[in-house]
Amino acid sequence: MIVAVVDAQNLVDALGLGAIYALMAVGIGLVFGVLRLVNFAYGQLIMAGAFTLAYASRANWPTWAAVLACFGVVLALSLIMEVAVFRPLRTQSPAVMLVATFAVAFLLQSVALLIVLKVQGQLGVPASAVAQLSRAVTIAGVDIRKVTIVSLVVAVVALGLLAVLLGRTTIGLQMRAAATDFTTARLLGVSANRVIALAVVLAGVIAAAVAVLLTARTPYVQSDFALHDTIIVLVGVVVGGIERLWTATLGGFAIGFASGVINGALPTDKSVYLPSALFTLVILVLLIRPAGLFARGRSSVVERV
Amino acid sequence: MSTAAAVQAPMLEVAGLDVRYGPVAAVRGVSLHVGAGEIVGLIGPNGAGKSTTLHAIMGLVPPRAGEVRVAGHRLHGSAPERVARSGVALVPEGRRIFAELTVEENLRLGLAGRRSRDGAAEDFAAVYELFPVLREFRRRSAGALSGGQQQQLAIARALVARPKLLLLDEPSLGLAPRVVDLVFDALAEIRERGVTVLLVEQRAQRTVAFADRTYLMSNGEIRLTLTPTDAADTDRMVAAYFAA
Repeated sequence: MIVAVVDAQNLVDALGLGAIYALMAVGIGLVFGVLRLVNFAYGQLIMAGAFTLAYASRANWPTWAAVLACFGVVLALSLIMEVAVFRPLRTQSPAVMLVATFAVAFLLQSVALLIVLKVQGQLGVPASAVAQLSRAVTIAGVDIRKVTIVSLVVAVVALGLLAVLLGRTTIGLQMRAAATDFTTARLLGVSANRVIALAVVLAGVIAAAVAVLLTARTPYVQSDFALHDTIIVLVGVVVGGIERLWTATLGGFAIGFASGVINGALPTDKSVYLPSALFTLVILVLLIRPAGLFARGRSSVVERV
Repeated sequence: MSTAAAVQAPMLEVAGLDVRYGPVAAVRGVSLHVGAGEIVGLIGPNGAGKSTTLHAIMGLVPPRAGEVRVAGHRLHGSAPERVARSGVALVPEGRRIFAELTVEENLRLGLAGRRSRDGAAEDFAAVYELFPVLREFRRRSAGALSGGQQQQLAIARALVARPKLLLLDEPSLGLAPRVVDLVFDALAEIRERGVTVLLVEQRAQRTVAFADRTYLMSNGEIRLTLTPTDAADTDRMVAAYFAA
């Protein structure tokens, strides 16, 4: 028998996970907006960032240097991916691009596996540089891990900055236009390379931040780090509505929050039921609202960023 | 437009343009020119290759052969945004305005094709003067505009780019007769401002009467060049041409 317990503790933890998944949804949604591409390698970018943190920890780097290195590595990988994979394949069919991102994902994961096996055996590499984030503070009788608070703050700040960038700046306006109708935007003189590079860089910065947050939650870094999370977020993005950035983000948050609550409510030996519970919900949502839970009932031209 | 200037430095020169979609030859050996300050029409039935010619000029489709020059500079093979930045603006078929952006945001996007934003405020004022309804609705989402108003927005968006050459792809398509008058009035106004125009249209007689010269295109080839003196006879000539 499954005994479900939902308490304040559980809800706070779920909020933290929701915030992280919302950030991942933004990263995936930004690139989808301008490239019409679901980047399956997004989780491996986060994994690369986590490995950077882990190895910086082994080398006893100070936390700030480890975090900086994490951002550097993830951004560099994002740009390499853009120039070497996305850009040459941009005019190809979505199927070709999708398969290409699978290839990149498995390549990065295999490289990570080789490194882990060589250096550390199969246990994974601990990223102690950000370990202090996993300590708890007690507020009103609820133990809140610092990473939960930091996740919420980072998500709110990042989404706020993004809203300003997209809503108030010229390049943001150009990105919104490109996400709706790329051809017409280009006909007006909007540079495809600039807009795509910006989306990729923003998604990369977010991936690096997510790497820090996830590593604080799960310090043992293995080659499948963030893989499970990415799949869940992709589902959340589709459930929320991938056609718009904010519905995708809300979808990411919702599925993170839901899995946090369900996971906390299920006793440990029953947590194997989590995916089935979650995906049953997903199927129900998609049956009732195929365009996405938060999408407006309109199928014509819609703004996607 | 004096012939001497047209020969010297045509604003647009298309020579021997060939475009294929797979096995289908959409445009075959098209050569045309538009002199600075001239308004030139391009008419013909559906599928004649008019839009494809414009798309090839803009760099949207790669030509198999031929050359496109704007003010003497070779363009072909350039990306659309580079063509736009070299001073060519297209008012696309179906308007293609950004429905969820405001009217003003749509106009601001027109600035993307410019090297400098100096004088943008004056240009906005000028297009608002040309299309007062756009000023009135500038904070509304463009999708809330009527078809005719959206067409005005699409033309205004192209104008704020300060194009050397303005291409229009069937601007009167699907509009009520009264609104078509409005579009042609705006084109007349644009002519007064000295903008060079290549106008693709299906309204043959009206276009021939309005433009300095009009090319008649069918099956991917240019068949005839008409002048305003042919306007009264256009329909008869076109009918005779296609009756064969």
